[in-house]
Amino acid sequence: MTPFSYARAGTAADALRLGGDTGTAYLGGGTNLVDLMRETVARPARLVDVTGLSDTIEETDGGGLMIGAATRNTALAEHHAVRTRYPMLSRAILAGASAQIRNMATVGGNLLQRTRCTYFYDTDGSRCNKRELGTGCDAVGGFNRIHAVLGASDACVATHPSDMCVALTALDAVVHVDGAAGARTVPFGDLHRLPEDRPDLDTVLQPGELITAIELPAMSFATNSTYRKVRDRASYAFALISVAAALDMEDGRVRDVRIAFGGVAHKPWRAARAEAAIRGSAASEGAFLAAAQAEFADARPLRDNGFKPALAARTLAAVLGDLAKGDVA
Amino acid sequence: MSIIINGLSVEPPGDPRVSLLDHLRERLHLTGTKKGCNQGACGACTVLVDGERILSCLALAVQYDGRRITTVEGLAEDGVLHPLQAAFIEHDGFQCGYCTPGQICSAIGMAAEARRGVPSNVSADLSGEVRLDRDEIRERMSGNLCRCGAHNGIIDAIEATMGAAGARA
Repeated sequence: MTPFSYARAGTAADALRLGGDTGTAYLGGGTNLVDLMRETVARPARLVDVTGLSDTIEETDGGGLMIGAATRNTALAEHHAVRTRYPMLSRAILAGASAQIRNMATVGGNLLQRTRCTYFYDTDGSRCNKRELGTGCDAVGGFNRIHAVLGASDACVATHPSDMCVALTALDAVVHVDGAAGARTVPFGDLHRLPEDRPDLDTVLQPGELITAIELPAMSFATNSTYRKVRDRASYAFALISVAAALDMEDGRVRDVRIAFGGVAHKPWRAARAEAAIRGSAASEGAFLAAAQAEFADARPLRDNGFKPALAARTLAAVLGDLAKGDVA
Repeated sequence: MSIIINGLSVEPPGDPRVSLLDHLRERLHLTGTKKGCNQGACGACTVLVDGERILSCLALAVQYDGRRITTVEGLAEDGVLHPLQAAFIEHDGFQCGYCTPGQICSAIGMAAEARRGVPSNVSADLSGEVRLDRDEIRERMSGNLCRCGAHNGIIDAIEATMGAAGARA
Protein backbone atom coordinates (compact mmCIF):
# COMPACT_ATOMS: atom_id res chain seq x y z
CA MET A 1 0.00 0.00 0.00
CA THR A 2 1.08 3.54 -0.58
CA PRO A 3 1.20 5.63 2.62
CA PHE A 4 -1.96 7.39 3.77
CA SER A 5 -3.26 9.17 6.83
CA TYR A 6 -6.25 7.89 8.78
CA ALA A 7 -9.00 9.77 10.59
CA ARG A 8 -12.20 8.60 12.19
CA ALA A 9 -15.38 10.61 11.68
CA GLY A 10 -18.00 10.68 14.42
CA THR A 11 -20.70 12.41 12.38
CA ALA A 12 -21.51 13.07 8.73
CA ALA A 13 -20.46 16.70 9.24
CA ASP A 14 -17.10 15.46 10.58
CA ALA A 15 -16.70 13.18 7.60
CA LEU A 16 -17.43 15.94 5.09
CA ARG A 17 -14.99 18.29 6.80
CA LEU A 18 -12.27 15.63 6.89
CA GLY A 19 -13.08 14.20 3.47
CA GLY A 20 -13.23 17.32 1.35
CA ASP A 21 -9.68 17.18 0.02
CA THR A 22 -8.70 15.57 -3.24
CA GLY A 23 -7.22 12.14 -2.69
CA THR A 24 -9.46 11.33 0.27
CA ALA A 25 -11.54 8.16 0.33
CA TYR A 26 -14.25 7.23 2.80
CA LEU A 27 -13.58 3.89 4.49
CA GLY A 28 -16.41 1.54 5.46
CA GLY A 29 -15.76 -2.12 6.17
CA GLY A 30 -12.75 -2.03 3.85
CA THR A 31 -13.60 -5.30 2.15
CA ASN A 32 -13.08 -3.83 -1.32
CA LEU A 33 -11.08 -0.65 -0.68
CA VAL A 34 -8.35 -2.21 1.50
CA ASP A 35 -7.91 -4.96 -1.08
CA LEU A 36 -7.61 -2.41 -3.90
CA MET A 37 -5.13 -0.37 -1.86
CA ARG A 38 -2.99 -3.44 -1.22
CA GLU A 39 -2.84 -4.04 -4.97
CA THR A 40 -2.08 -0.31 -5.43
CA VAL A 41 -5.11 -0.01 -7.72
CA ALA A 42 -6.44 2.55 -5.23
CA ARG A 43 -3.94 5.02 -3.76
CA PRO A 44 -5.81 7.46 -1.50
CA ALA A 45 -3.69 9.96 0.44
CA ARG A 46 -6.19 9.98 3.30
CA LEU A 47 -8.83 7.62 4.64
CA VAL A 48 -11.80 8.91 6.58
CA ASP A 49 -13.37 6.06 8.54
CA VAL A 50 -17.17 6.44 8.38
CA THR A 51 -18.11 3.21 10.15
CA GLY A 52 -19.06 5.30 13.21
CA LEU A 53 -21.87 7.06 11.34
CA SER A 54 -25.52 6.07 11.50
CA ASP A 55 -26.19 2.35 11.41
CA THR A 56 -29.85 2.47 12.39
CA ILE A 57 -32.80 1.10 10.40
CA GLU A 58 -35.89 3.20 11.01
CA GLU A 59 -39.47 3.36 9.76
CA THR A 60 -40.25 6.33 7.51
CA ASP A 61 -43.48 8.31 7.52
CA GLY A 62 -44.25 6.89 4.10
CA GLY A 63 -44.21 3.30 5.33
CA GLY A 64 -40.71 2.51 4.12
CA LEU A 65 -37.34 2.12 5.82
CA MET A 66 -34.41 4.49 6.25
CA ILE A 67 -31.13 2.60 6.47
CA GLY A 68 -28.05 4.34 7.87
CA ALA A 69 -25.12 3.97 5.48
CA ALA A 70 -22.89 2.41 8.15
CA THR A 71 -25.32 -0.47 8.71
CA ARG A 72 -23.49 -3.74 8.19
CA ASN A 73 -24.73 -6.04 5.44
CA THR A 74 -25.57 -8.82 7.91
CA ALA A 75 -27.56 -6.43 10.10
CA LEU A 76 -29.66 -5.37 7.11
CA ALA A 77 -30.22 -8.93 5.91
CA GLU A 78 -31.35 -10.13 9.33
CA HIS A 79 -33.58 -7.14 10.16
CA HIS A 80 -37.14 -8.33 10.74
CA ALA A 81 -38.79 -5.66 8.58
CA VAL A 82 -36.44 -6.43 5.69
CA ARG A 83 -36.99 -10.18 5.91
CA THR A 84 -40.76 -9.84 5.99
CA ARG A 85 -41.46 -6.81 3.78
CA TYR A 86 -38.53 -6.89 1.34
CA PRO A 87 -37.41 -10.54 1.27
CA MET A 88 -35.59 -10.07 -2.05
CA LEU A 89 -33.20 -7.71 -0.24
CA SER A 90 -32.39 -10.20 2.52
CA ARG A 91 -31.97 -12.93 -0.09
CA ALA A 92 -29.71 -10.77 -2.25
CA ILE A 93 -27.42 -9.84 0.63
CA LEU A 94 -27.20 -13.46 1.81
CA ALA A 95 -26.26 -14.54 -1.72
CA GLY A 96 -23.25 -12.23 -1.73
CA ALA A 97 -19.68 -12.69 -0.55
CA SER A 98 -19.07 -14.73 2.62
CA ALA A 99 -20.47 -14.37 6.13
CA GLN A 100 -17.23 -12.78 7.35
CA ILE A 101 -17.35 -10.16 4.59
CA ARG A 102 -21.05 -9.47 5.16
CA ASN A 103 -20.26 -8.85 8.83
CA MET A 104 -17.64 -6.26 7.89
CA ALA A 105 -19.15 -4.56 4.84
CA THR A 106 -21.34 -1.50 5.26
CA VAL A 107 -24.38 -0.73 3.13
CA GLY A 108 -22.89 2.53 1.87
CA GLY A 109 -19.64 0.76 1.04
CA ASN A 110 -21.48 -1.98 -0.82
CA LEU A 111 -22.92 0.67 -3.14
CA LEU A 112 -19.48 2.14 -3.71
CA GLN A 113 -17.48 -1.03 -4.26
CA ARG A 114 -15.82 -0.80 -7.63
CA THR A 115 -17.39 -2.17 -10.77
CA ARG A 116 -14.58 -4.52 -11.68
CA CYS A 117 -13.12 -7.59 -13.33
CA THR A 118 -9.92 -9.59 -12.91
CA TYR A 119 -8.09 -7.45 -15.47
CA PHE A 120 -8.78 -4.39 -13.29
CA TYR A 121 -6.78 -6.05 -10.50
CA ASP A 122 -3.94 -7.26 -12.72
CA THR A 123 -1.70 -4.23 -12.35
CA ASP A 124 1.39 -5.99 -13.73
CA GLY A 125 -0.02 -7.82 -16.69
CA SER A 126 -3.13 -6.21 -18.15
CA ARG A 127 -4.37 -3.03 -19.71
CA CYS A 128 -7.49 -1.57 -18.09
CA ASN A 129 -9.26 1.69 -18.84
CA LYS A 130 -10.94 1.64 -15.47
CA ARG A 131 -7.57 1.47 -13.70
CA GLU A 132 -5.75 3.78 -16.10
CA LEU A 133 -7.98 5.65 -18.49
CA GLY A 134 -6.86 5.48 -22.11
CA THR A 135 -4.63 2.42 -21.82
CA GLY A 136 -7.10 -0.04 -23.37
CA CYS A 137 -9.14 -3.04 -22.22
CA ASP A 138 -7.71 -6.56 -22.28
CA ALA A 139 -11.03 -8.07 -21.19
CA VAL A 140 -12.81 -7.27 -24.47
CA GLY A 141 -10.68 -9.80 -26.34
CA GLY A 142 -9.73 -11.90 -23.33
CA PHE A 143 -11.38 -14.29 -20.90
CA ASN A 144 -14.77 -12.69 -20.45
CA ARG A 145 -17.16 -15.30 -19.13
CA ILE A 146 -18.39 -13.10 -16.28
CA HIS A 147 -18.46 -9.86 -18.25
CA ALA A 148 -21.23 -7.56 -19.44
CA VAL A 149 -23.65 -8.15 -22.31
CA LEU A 150 -25.77 -5.01 -21.89
CA GLY A 151 -24.74 -1.35 -21.89
CA ALA A 152 -21.01 -2.00 -22.23
CA SER A 153 -18.61 0.02 -24.36
CA ASP A 154 -15.39 -0.69 -26.19
CA ALA A 155 -13.64 0.91 -23.21
CA CYS A 156 -15.01 -1.41 -20.51
CA VAL A 157 -17.02 -4.62 -20.23
CA ALA A 158 -16.82 -5.13 -16.45
CA THR A 159 -19.89 -5.91 -14.35
CA HIS A 160 -21.02 -4.46 -11.04
CA PRO A 161 -20.62 -7.37 -8.60
CA SER A 162 -23.03 -6.37 -5.83
CA ASP A 163 -26.04 -8.59 -5.21
CA MET A 164 -27.59 -6.18 -2.73
CA CYS A 165 -27.59 -3.39 -5.31
CA VAL A 166 -29.63 -5.50 -7.75
CA ALA A 167 -32.40 -5.75 -5.16
CA LEU A 168 -32.14 -2.06 -4.26
CA THR A 169 -32.54 -1.22 -7.96
CA ALA A 170 -35.67 -3.31 -8.23
CA LEU A 171 -37.08 -1.82 -5.01
CA ASP A 172 -36.77 1.80 -6.25
CA ALA A 173 -34.47 2.68 -3.36
CA VAL A 174 -33.35 6.28 -2.92
CA VAL A 175 -29.76 7.18 -2.02
CA HIS A 176 -29.29 10.06 0.43
CA VAL A 177 -26.07 11.95 -0.21
CA ASP A 178 -24.39 14.87 1.53
CA GLY A 179 -21.57 17.04 0.28
CA ALA A 180 -20.02 20.49 0.06
CA ALA A 181 -22.84 21.59 -2.24
CA GLY A 182 -25.48 20.37 0.19
CA ALA A 183 -27.60 17.29 0.71
CA ARG A 184 -29.42 15.62 -2.19
CA THR A 185 -31.13 12.40 -3.10
CA VAL A 186 -30.33 10.14 -6.04
CA PRO A 187 -32.76 7.51 -7.36
CA PHE A 188 -30.96 4.18 -7.04
CA GLY A 189 -31.11 3.46 -10.75
CA ASP A 190 -29.25 6.72 -11.44
CA LEU A 191 -26.43 6.18 -8.92
CA HIS A 192 -24.25 3.87 -10.99
CA ARG A 193 -23.07 4.74 -14.51
CA LEU A 194 -22.64 2.82 -17.72
CA PRO A 195 -19.00 2.92 -18.78
CA GLU A 196 -19.21 4.86 -22.07
CA ASP A 197 -15.77 6.46 -22.49
CA ARG A 198 -15.26 7.05 -18.75
CA PRO A 199 -15.11 3.63 -17.08
CA ASP A 200 -12.95 5.19 -14.36
CA LEU A 201 -16.20 6.67 -12.99
CA ASP A 202 -18.55 4.07 -11.48
CA THR A 203 -21.13 6.46 -10.00
CA VAL A 204 -22.51 9.98 -10.41
CA LEU A 205 -21.23 11.06 -6.98
CA GLN A 206 -18.98 14.11 -6.94
CA PRO A 207 -15.58 14.04 -5.17
CA GLY A 208 -16.10 14.39 -1.41
CA GLU A 209 -19.78 13.43 -1.51
CA LEU A 210 -20.85 10.95 1.16
CA ILE A 211 -23.70 8.46 1.17
CA THR A 212 -25.51 8.93 4.48
CA ALA A 213 -28.55 6.66 4.09
CA ILE A 214 -30.50 4.43 1.73
CA GLU A 215 -34.27 4.75 1.76
CA LEU A 216 -36.62 1.93 0.82
CA PRO A 217 -40.02 3.21 -0.24
CA ALA A 218 -43.15 1.33 0.76
CA MET A 219 -43.90 -1.43 -1.77
CA SER A 220 -46.69 -3.66 -0.52
CA PHE A 221 -46.21 -6.43 -3.08
CA ALA A 222 -42.47 -6.69 -2.30
CA THR A 223 -43.56 -9.26 0.30
CA ASN A 224 -43.87 -11.51 -2.77
CA SER A 225 -40.32 -11.05 -3.98
CA THR A 226 -37.08 -12.98 -4.15
CA TYR A 227 -33.55 -13.05 -5.51
CA ARG A 228 -31.92 -15.85 -7.46
CA LYS A 229 -28.23 -16.02 -8.29
CA VAL A 230 -26.62 -18.34 -10.82
CA ARG A 231 -22.87 -18.81 -10.47
CA ASP A 232 -20.02 -21.18 -11.23
CA ARG A 233 -19.98 -22.70 -7.74
CA ALA A 234 -22.68 -23.11 -5.12
CA SER A 235 -21.51 -20.32 -2.84
CA TYR A 236 -19.07 -17.45 -2.50
CA ALA A 237 -18.71 -16.46 -6.16
CA PHE A 238 -19.84 -13.53 -8.25
CA ALA A 239 -22.99 -13.94 -10.30
CA LEU A 240 -23.02 -15.09 -13.88
CA ILE A 241 -26.65 -13.99 -13.84
CA SER A 242 -28.87 -12.89 -11.01
CA VAL A 243 -32.51 -11.82 -10.89
CA ALA A 244 -34.31 -9.71 -8.29
CA ALA A 245 -38.06 -9.72 -8.82
CA ALA A 246 -41.30 -8.74 -7.09
CA LEU A 247 -44.67 -9.79 -8.49
CA ASP A 248 -48.17 -8.49 -7.79
CA MET A 249 -50.83 -10.90 -9.08
CA GLU A 250 -54.58 -10.47 -9.48
CA ASP A 251 -56.81 -13.20 -10.93
CA GLY A 252 -53.97 -14.85 -12.81
CA ARG A 253 -52.78 -11.61 -14.37
CA VAL A 254 -49.76 -9.49 -13.47
CA ARG A 255 -50.92 -6.26 -11.87
CA ASP A 256 -47.41 -4.99 -11.20
CA VAL A 257 -43.84 -6.25 -11.35
CA ARG A 258 -40.29 -5.14 -10.55
CA ILE A 259 -37.28 -6.82 -12.17
CA ALA A 260 -33.55 -6.19 -12.03
CA PHE A 261 -30.64 -8.26 -13.32
CA GLY A 262 -27.14 -8.62 -11.91
CA GLY A 263 -24.08 -9.89 -13.75
CA VAL A 264 -25.08 -8.37 -17.06
CA ALA A 265 -23.86 -4.77 -17.04
CA HIS A 266 -21.56 -2.12 -15.57
CA LYS A 267 -24.41 -1.27 -13.20
CA PRO A 268 -27.29 -3.16 -11.63
CA TRP A 269 -29.71 -3.47 -14.54
CA ARG A 270 -33.30 -2.42 -14.01
CA ALA A 271 -35.34 -4.32 -16.63
CA ALA A 272 -37.84 -1.65 -17.62
CA ARG A 273 -38.62 -3.27 -20.97
CA ALA A 274 -39.34 -6.63 -19.43
CA GLU A 275 -41.51 -5.04 -16.74
CA ALA A 276 -43.55 -3.18 -19.37
CA ALA A 277 -43.99 -6.36 -21.39
CA ILE A 278 -45.23 -8.34 -18.39
CA ARG A 279 -47.40 -5.75 -16.65
CA GLY A 280 -51.06 -6.52 -17.35
CA SER A 281 -50.35 -9.81 -19.09
CA ALA A 282 -51.33 -13.30 -18.07
CA ALA A 283 -48.71 -15.01 -15.94
CA SER A 284 -47.20 -17.66 -18.21
CA GLU A 285 -43.74 -19.01 -18.87
CA GLY A 286 -44.03 -17.88 -22.48
CA ALA A 287 -44.81 -14.31 -21.47
CA PHE A 288 -41.91 -14.25 -19.02
CA LEU A 289 -39.44 -15.64 -21.57
CA ALA A 290 -40.62 -13.17 -24.21
CA ALA A 291 -40.22 -10.28 -21.78
CA ALA A 292 -36.66 -11.32 -20.98
CA GLN A 293 -35.88 -11.66 -24.68
CA ALA A 294 -37.14 -8.10 -25.19
CA GLU A 295 -34.86 -6.91 -22.40
CA PHE A 296 -31.84 -8.58 -24.00
CA ALA A 297 -32.68 -7.65 -27.61
CA ASP A 298 -29.70 -5.29 -27.70
CA ALA A 299 -27.31 -7.67 -25.95
CA ARG A 300 -23.77 -7.75 -27.32
CA PRO A 301 -22.19 -10.95 -26.05
CA LEU A 302 -18.42 -11.38 -26.02
CA ARG A 303 -16.40 -14.52 -26.85
CA ASP A 304 -17.11 -16.38 -23.59
CA ASN A 305 -20.44 -15.05 -22.34
CA GLY A 306 -22.88 -15.75 -25.17
CA PHE A 307 -24.89 -17.94 -22.78
CA LYS A 308 -25.97 -15.00 -20.64
CA PRO A 309 -29.12 -13.77 -22.46
CA ALA A 310 -30.64 -17.26 -22.56
CA LEU A 311 -29.59 -18.00 -18.98
CA ALA A 312 -31.08 -14.69 -17.86
CA ALA A 313 -34.36 -15.45 -19.66
CA ARG A 314 -34.67 -18.91 -18.14
CA THR A 315 -33.76 -17.65 -14.68
CA LEU A 316 -36.30 -14.83 -14.89
CA ALA A 317 -39.03 -17.18 -16.10
CA ALA A 318 -38.30 -19.59 -13.25
CA VAL A 319 -38.31 -16.85 -10.62
CA LEU A 320 -41.51 -15.22 -11.87
CA GLY A 321 -43.15 -18.62 -12.22
CA ASP A 322 -42.42 -19.34 -8.55
CA LEU A 323 -43.64 -15.88 -7.49
CA ALA A 324 -46.83 -16.28 -9.54
CA LYS A 325 -47.57 -19.51 -7.71
CA GLY A 326 -46.77 -17.92 -4.37
CA ASP A 327 -44.09 -20.57 -4.12
CA VAL A 328 -41.39 -18.45 -2.51
CA ALA A 329 -40.80 -18.37 1.23
CA MET B 1 -7.77 3.64 23.39
CA SER B 2 -6.43 0.19 22.73
CA ILE B 3 -7.36 -3.09 21.10
CA ILE B 4 -8.32 -5.91 23.48
CA ILE B 5 -6.88 -9.14 22.11
CA ASN B 6 -7.76 -12.33 23.97
CA GLY B 7 -8.40 -10.20 27.03
CA LEU B 8 -5.12 -8.30 26.88
CA SER B 9 -4.95 -4.63 26.01
CA VAL B 10 -2.54 -3.79 23.17
CA GLU B 11 -1.65 -0.60 21.36
CA PRO B 12 -2.93 -0.19 17.81
CA PRO B 13 -0.15 0.20 15.23
CA GLY B 14 1.23 3.63 14.46
CA ASP B 15 1.15 2.97 10.71
CA PRO B 16 -2.48 2.77 9.51
CA ARG B 17 -1.44 0.44 6.66
CA VAL B 18 -0.96 -2.47 9.07
CA SER B 19 -3.75 -5.01 8.77
CA LEU B 20 -5.21 -6.60 11.86
CA LEU B 21 -3.74 -9.88 10.58
CA ASP B 22 -0.21 -8.50 10.32
CA HIS B 23 -0.60 -6.78 13.67
CA LEU B 24 -1.51 -10.10 15.28
CA ARG B 25 1.21 -12.12 13.61
CA GLU B 26 4.13 -9.75 13.13
CA ARG B 27 3.82 -7.39 16.10
CA LEU B 28 2.14 -9.54 18.74
CA HIS B 29 3.53 -12.90 17.54
CA LEU B 30 0.09 -14.50 17.75
CA THR B 31 0.74 -16.73 14.78
CA GLY B 32 -2.31 -18.96 15.21
CA THR B 33 -4.25 -16.73 12.83
CA LYS B 34 -3.04 -17.61 9.34
CA LYS B 35 -2.34 -15.61 6.20
CA GLY B 36 -3.70 -17.54 3.23
CA CYS B 37 -4.68 -15.41 0.25
CA ASN B 38 -4.42 -12.01 1.96
CA GLN B 39 -7.28 -10.83 -0.25
CA GLY B 40 -10.45 -12.00 1.44
CA ALA B 41 -10.97 -15.18 -0.55
CA CYS B 42 -9.93 -18.04 1.75
CA GLY B 43 -10.99 -17.33 5.34
CA ALA B 44 -7.73 -18.53 6.95
CA CYS B 45 -7.39 -15.20 8.78
CA THR B 46 -10.87 -15.29 10.37
CA VAL B 47 -11.02 -13.88 13.91
CA LEU B 48 -13.88 -12.81 16.17
CA VAL B 49 -14.54 -9.14 16.87
CA ASP B 50 -16.96 -8.63 19.74
CA GLY B 51 -18.10 -12.17 18.93
CA GLU B 52 -18.60 -11.61 15.18
CA ARG B 53 -16.42 -13.34 12.61
CA ILE B 54 -14.46 -11.10 10.26
CA LEU B 55 -11.45 -11.38 7.94
CA SER B 56 -8.41 -9.87 9.63
CA CYS B 57 -6.55 -9.54 6.31
CA LEU B 58 -9.06 -6.97 5.02
CA ALA B 59 -9.20 -5.14 8.34
CA LEU B 60 -6.95 -2.19 9.04
CA ALA B 61 -5.90 -2.61 12.66
CA VAL B 62 -6.51 1.07 13.46
CA GLN B 63 -10.20 0.57 12.65
CA TYR B 64 -10.48 -1.88 15.55
CA ASP B 65 -9.33 0.45 18.28
CA GLY B 66 -11.58 -0.13 21.27
CA ARG B 67 -12.86 -3.51 20.04
CA ARG B 68 -12.45 -6.96 21.57
CA ILE B 69 -10.68 -9.47 19.33
CA THR B 70 -10.62 -13.22 19.94
CA THR B 71 -8.13 -15.37 18.03
CA VAL B 72 -7.69 -19.13 18.12
CA GLU B 73 -5.17 -18.64 20.96
CA GLY B 74 -7.98 -17.22 23.10
CA LEU B 75 -10.45 -20.09 22.80
CA ALA B 76 -9.12 -22.61 25.32
CA GLU B 77 -9.95 -21.91 28.93
CA ASP B 78 -7.55 -22.93 31.70
CA GLY B 79 -5.79 -25.27 29.35
CA VAL B 80 -9.01 -27.01 28.30
CA LEU B 81 -9.71 -26.91 24.58
CA HIS B 82 -12.89 -25.30 23.31
CA PRO B 83 -15.40 -28.08 22.53
CA LEU B 84 -15.05 -27.34 18.82
CA GLN B 85 -11.26 -27.64 18.99
CA ALA B 86 -11.69 -31.04 20.63
CA ALA B 87 -14.24 -32.01 17.98
CA PHE B 88 -11.82 -31.15 15.15
CA ILE B 89 -9.37 -33.65 16.65
CA GLU B 90 -12.10 -36.24 17.20
CA HIS B 91 -13.45 -35.93 13.63
CA ASP B 92 -10.17 -35.42 11.76
CA GLY B 93 -11.17 -31.90 10.73
CA PHE B 94 -7.82 -31.17 9.12
CA GLN B 95 -4.84 -32.50 7.29
CA CYS B 96 -2.16 -29.81 7.18
CA GLY B 97 -3.96 -27.64 9.73
CA TYR B 98 -3.32 -24.31 8.04
CA CYS B 99 -7.00 -23.38 7.58
CA THR B 100 -8.00 -24.78 10.99
CA PRO B 101 -7.77 -21.64 13.19
CA GLY B 102 -9.89 -19.75 10.67
CA GLN B 103 -12.35 -22.63 10.37
CA ILE B 104 -12.78 -22.83 14.14
CA CYS B 105 -13.16 -19.07 14.71
CA SER B 106 -15.57 -18.91 11.77
CA ALA B 107 -17.71 -21.76 13.06
CA ILE B 108 -17.96 -20.14 16.50
CA GLY B 109 -19.12 -16.92 14.87
CA MET B 110 -21.52 -18.92 12.70
CA ALA B 111 -23.10 -20.57 15.73
CA ALA B 112 -23.75 -17.15 17.29
CA GLU B 113 -25.36 -15.94 14.04
CA ALA B 114 -27.58 -19.02 13.93
CA ARG B 115 -28.63 -18.58 17.57
CA ARG B 116 -29.88 -15.09 16.88
CA GLY B 117 -31.73 -16.28 13.78
CA VAL B 118 -29.65 -14.93 10.89
CA PRO B 119 -30.86 -16.79 7.78
CA SER B 120 -28.56 -18.02 5.00
CA ASN B 121 -28.69 -18.37 1.24
CA VAL B 122 -30.01 -21.92 1.59
CA SER B 123 -32.62 -21.22 4.29
CA ALA B 124 -36.01 -22.11 2.83
CA ASP B 125 -37.75 -19.80 5.26
CA LEU B 126 -36.32 -16.37 6.06
CA SER B 127 -38.16 -15.98 9.32
CA GLY B 128 -37.92 -19.43 10.85
CA GLU B 129 -35.62 -20.63 13.57
CA VAL B 130 -32.26 -21.68 12.17
CA ARG B 131 -31.57 -25.38 12.21
CA LEU B 132 -27.90 -26.04 11.53
CA ASP B 133 -28.10 -29.10 9.30
CA ARG B 134 -25.25 -30.03 6.99
CA ASP B 135 -26.51 -27.93 4.08
CA GLU B 136 -26.79 -24.88 6.31
CA ILE B 137 -23.33 -25.49 7.78
CA ARG B 138 -21.76 -25.93 4.33
CA GLU B 139 -23.30 -22.70 3.04
CA ARG B 140 -22.47 -20.71 6.17
CA MET B 141 -18.87 -22.00 6.16
CA SER B 142 -18.32 -21.38 2.44
CA GLY B 143 -16.00 -18.47 3.22
CA ASN B 144 -13.45 -20.89 4.66
CA LEU B 145 -11.54 -22.99 2.17
CA CYS B 146 -9.53 -26.13 2.90
CA ARG B 147 -7.06 -27.08 0.19
CA CYS B 148 -6.41 -30.49 1.72
CA GLY B 149 -10.04 -31.37 1.20
CA ALA B 150 -10.82 -32.03 4.84
CA HIS B 151 -14.23 -30.44 4.50
CA ASN B 152 -16.15 -33.58 5.40
CA GLY B 153 -14.32 -33.88 8.71
CA ILE B 154 -14.70 -30.16 9.29
CA ILE B 155 -18.46 -30.33 8.76
CA ASP B 156 -18.64 -33.43 10.98
CA ALA B 157 -16.85 -31.60 13.80
CA ILE B 158 -19.05 -28.52 13.50
CA GLU B 159 -22.24 -30.56 13.23
CA ALA B 160 -21.33 -32.62 16.27
CA THR B 161 -20.63 -29.52 18.33
CA MET B 162 -23.11 -26.97 17.04
CA GLY B 163 -25.45 -28.73 14.65
CA ALA B 164 -29.12 -29.50 14.89
CA ALA B 165 -28.34 -32.84 16.52
CA GLY B 166 -25.40 -31.67 18.58
CA ALA B 167 -24.95 -29.70 21.76
CA ARG B 168 -24.93 -25.94 21.62
CA ALA B 169 -21.44 -24.54 22.12
